[in-house]
Amino acid sequence: MEILLQQIINGLTTGSVYAVVALGYTMVYGVIQLINFAHGEVVMIGAMVAFSVITALAGSGLPPLLIVLAGVLAAIPSCMLMGYLLERVAYRPLRHAPRLAPLITAIGMSIILQHLALLAWGRNPLAFPQIIDNRVFSVGGAAISTVQIAIILLSLVMMAGLSGFVYRTRFGIAIRATAENVHVAGLMGVNANRVIAATFVIGAALGAVAGVMYGSYYGIAHYTMGFNLGLKAFSAAVLGGIGNIAGAMLGGILLGLVEALGTGYVGELTDLCDWPPAHDWLTAQCADGGNFVLFGSNYQDVFAFLMLILVLVFRPSGLLGERVSERA
Amino acid sequence: MARALLEALNLQVHYGGIAAVKGISFVVEEGEMVCLIGANGAGKTSTLKALARMIPSRGEIHYDRERIEALPGHALIARGLALVPEGRGVFARLTVVENLMMGAYHREDSREISSDLEKIYGLLPRLKERRTQVAGTLSGGEQQMLAIGRALMGRPRLLLLDEPSMGLAPLMVEKVFEVVRKVAAEGVTILLVEQNARLALEVCSRGYVMESGAITLADSSAALLADPRVRAAYLGE
Repeated sequence: MEILLQQIINGLTTGSVYAVVALGYTMVYGVIQLINFAHGEVVMIGAMVAFSVITALAGSGLPPLLIVLAGVLAAIPSCMLMGYLLERVAYRPLRHAPRLAPLITAIGMSIILQHLALLAWGRNPLAFPQIIDNRVFSVGGAAISTVQIAIILLSLVMMAGLSGFVYRTRFGIAIRATAENVHVAGLMGVNANRVIAATFVIGAALGAVAGVMYGSYYGIAHYTMGFNLGLKAFSAAVLGGIGNIAGAMLGGILLGLVEALGTGYVGELTDLCDWPPAHDWLTAQCADGGNFVLFGSNYQDVFAFLMLILVLVFRPSGLLGERVSERA
Repeated sequence: MARALLEALNLQVHYGGIAAVKGISFVVEEGEMVCLIGANGAGKTSTLKALARMIPSRGEIHYDRERIEALPGHALIARGLALVPEGRGVFARLTVVENLMMGAYHREDSREISSDLEKIYGLLPRLKERRTQVAGTLSGGEQQMLAIGRALMGRPRLLLLDEPSMGLAPLMVEKVFEVVRKVAAEGVTILLVEQNARLALEVCSRGYVMESGAITLADSSAALLADPRVRAAYLGE
């Protein structure tokens, strides 16, 4: 029972981060049907910039919260600029090219950004300075830390903020209208270039915060961290129905939960000693309370991609998606 | 005679190597209601799309004493030129009121916008009943009404209407045309593209007949309705 609760807490934490990153994928896809594979790298840059600022200020004697805030506030505009430049320099010239061209460009931009980060921050994992006293509370036998609480709350606030923006404001409605029909939105006076640039910039701003959250949760930042995180967030977006904003949020949280629960239970479930005895050799291995685990928690990354495969096989349009098939 | 609000000179549209519109010229005067009739594939929709700058074209387009062929499409609605596209083009996943508000996207006068919204609801009461409904759930006729209402929210001076009768039951077609007549009576200039030639000529004062990318006849509606060529080709007589 404690394991269940603990894994739910852990899953909600990583799931919140996936959800926020997934929003960046899904908004861009919704408007221009491009999978911006470089989005994970934008998130990584956010973590890196925040790392640099927080490290530089760590000894300054400023209040720790203020230092973290400064890191986040530096990461956000850096990533927004990067998102804008990505669209302007890499994707806009290919707006009317065959679909494969921008997709390959996206992968190329991902590799370029990774290696620029490698040059700027080096090849070693960077440890986030632990300046905030990360207290751990006990809830029903499970542990939840201040960082986890902060990540979950902050993500919820960002998701609510984005929903309010997209569903309540004039520009938000224009974004949804453009996603549906860019030509007709143009007739209404919507400048498609501005809307497209805005989706990149907004996604990058969310990604910047997600990068800082992810970095401070695991305590490290690394130039390759955006790759895996990006792929998982992309899986989350597909799970929820790519192009659908509510879907990305749902998909992110679900993916985090599946991953955490899968990781928490896979060892127990695949311990052959708990299964009916199959062979004398195995029985010998299991003697004296030993165990023989087929898949351990190092299989963590499998769950996200297993889920992606299952979604693509059984429900390609995702949980909340509607019309992906006609466009794929 | 009133002055020309819209004038196309030698307008050409090409798709790849195929010429869809082969250098046509026509005029729409301020306050009048003109139709462009012709068979499927004659180039009527391409003409409207070129006027609204949705597709590239060659030749001159004069609108309100300004050359607009180099302008981006999204700059036209602020000048009062609106297109209700073929197939209506409502935003199916937006609500009715969101669709209508998109029509006023370029406007900043929020008080006037709300009063215009009430006016549209008065003209099209079905839209008011369904204002919080997602537009994709409306019937074809209601969607056509929504598309027209949305264009009116932009306070157009010139309304380009592309096949408003398409796919609608006869009763609904009549209702749509009644609305179009009311809009024209308010002083909005209208260029109507229709396959249903009889209907179009009955509401418009003048008409152009288009055939494989060229204008073959131009006359008053009464003269066109009496013309034996029009009667044979478009009125099924």
